[in-house]
Amino acid sequence: MINMLKIGVLAFQGDVREHIEMLKKIGAEPIKIKLAEHLNDVYGLIMPGGESTTIGFLMKKYKVDKAIKERHKQGMPIYGTCAGAILLSKEIIGSNQPKLGLADISIKRNDYGRQIDSFETELDIKGIGKSKGVFIRAPVIKNIYNGVEILSEYKNQPVMVRQNNILITTFHPELANETRVHKYFLNMAQEYRQIREMQKDL
Amino acid sequence: MAFSINMDNVMSKTVGNATGNEITGTFRLKKGLAEMLKNGVIMDVVSAEQAKIAENAGAVAVMALEKVPADIRKEGNVARMADPKKIKEIMKSVTIPVMAKVRIGHFAEAQILESLNVDYIDESEVLTPADNKHIDKHKFKIPFVCGARDLGEALRRINEGAAMIRTKGEAGTGNIIEAVKHINMINEQIKRIKTLSKRELERESLKMRVPYQLVEETRNIQRLPVVNFAAGGVATPADAALMMLLGADGIFVGSGIFKSENPAKTAKGIVEATTHYDNPKIIAKASEGLEAMKGLEIEKLEVKMQTRGF
Repeated sequence: MINMLKIGVLAFQGDVREHIEMLKKIGAEPIKIKLAEHLNDVYGLIMPGGESTTIGFLMKKYKVDKAIKERHKQGMPIYGTCAGAILLSKEIIGSNQPKLGLADISIKRNDYGRQIDSFETELDIKGIGKSKGVFIRAPVIKNIYNGVEILSEYKNQPVMVRQNNILITTFHPELANETRVHKYFLNMAQEYRQIREMQKDL
Repeated sequence: MAFSINMDNVMSKTVGNATGNEITGTFRLKKGLAEMLKNGVIMDVVSAEQAKIAENAGAVAVMALEKVPADIRKEGNVARMADPKKIKEIMKSVTIPVMAKVRIGHFAEAQILESLNVDYIDESEVLTPADNKHIDKHKFKIPFVCGARDLGEALRRINEGAAMIRTKGEAGTGNIIEAVKHINMINEQIKRIKTLSKRELERESLKMRVPYQLVEETRNIQRLPVVNFAAGGVATPADAALMMLLGADGIFVGSGIFKSENPAKTAKGIVEATTHYDNPKIIAKASEGLEAMKGLEIEKLEVKMQTRGF
């Protein structure tokens, strides 16, 4: 029996509960991350939807941003949804709010409009297939650089991308009962654990 | 599986609008925005300047108002929806969601707010009621939040289309006792229905005047089917932590911030306490040197806003 894979969920604010439920459903062990030391034994991190200004402020105040960057350097996979996607972006167009800036993308907040413009649609995801896309006051990825791979597009704009160990969706699979995106991420985390364990053995 | 009842079925009265392969205004989207606000603080503001302070302090949303509840209480006049001009100014000044209040039953005010594209409407007992019936909230594309003191009230509002619930508490008092009573009442009732037989549960749903399915769903998931925030009397970081520890999903602060000595500091303190509600050391630090609003005794109030609504 392999130990259950521990995956962190950044738990300052947002739809943390939904991501935790998803992880439980696919057989991973969710760990709430509110302080830097909580990151110590996880093999992946999910950054949930929420308000990116709030999460950014708290992440900086409690120095969790530094700890995440450190783990990212070691290769730990990170998955950001919506607000999480914003915080992972190198450039947040028109804003100088706190961020991690780990993925080579420019993103624009609330670019579909306000809540009245929030929408559901059907997406086609590379390697996954048809999937429901739930977009809530969602950001839009305006530009990608340096080998960012597009996994899904909507109206000619990327809505799901991957760059090495970073996975980003501007929509919420966790609100659509869609476990396949989380499973995709779990595979990234599993690969990372294998590499870490091999390194330990050396 | 016990958890498989889909709120979209219970809430089938909200249909949404489809164009091409895109649907807007569904109950999932309405409820979804509230999910994104969880563990956050929503702050009452009366100007663009206050909205900026709230956003910088880490608020997840602001509530645009003409006056904060403490002033409504003091002045005792009819309280209505805020001036659209002010709401628009506030919407322009921040990037976080903007909510605004309408009087209970005043669907014309709600239509006006919808036309302004506010992100959430609070059908609120803090304003003077306009009807003894609540708004049919399924008809709107914008989501609604409503106050409740017990499970029946919460489920009636959800049945009318509310996508988010908050305790009523007693607004404008800076006194937490009523909000505590309300969240405890809701939690105890949810626990109690767990043990009921199908027949008893049916009787309970008749008593609460809501469809059986909704009560059953609540029984199965052992929480309200939508997000439940605390409101009405939160004045300090400790108050926010208390409500979170009692099971609230997040916090509304009305007068507590801009009636305190140092609004920006109080706002930050309450934001930190709402996140780290289970970490007293952090809350102690966030509480240092704050001078909270003065507050009122419940027994001495002339108007109890919580008794408004049905």
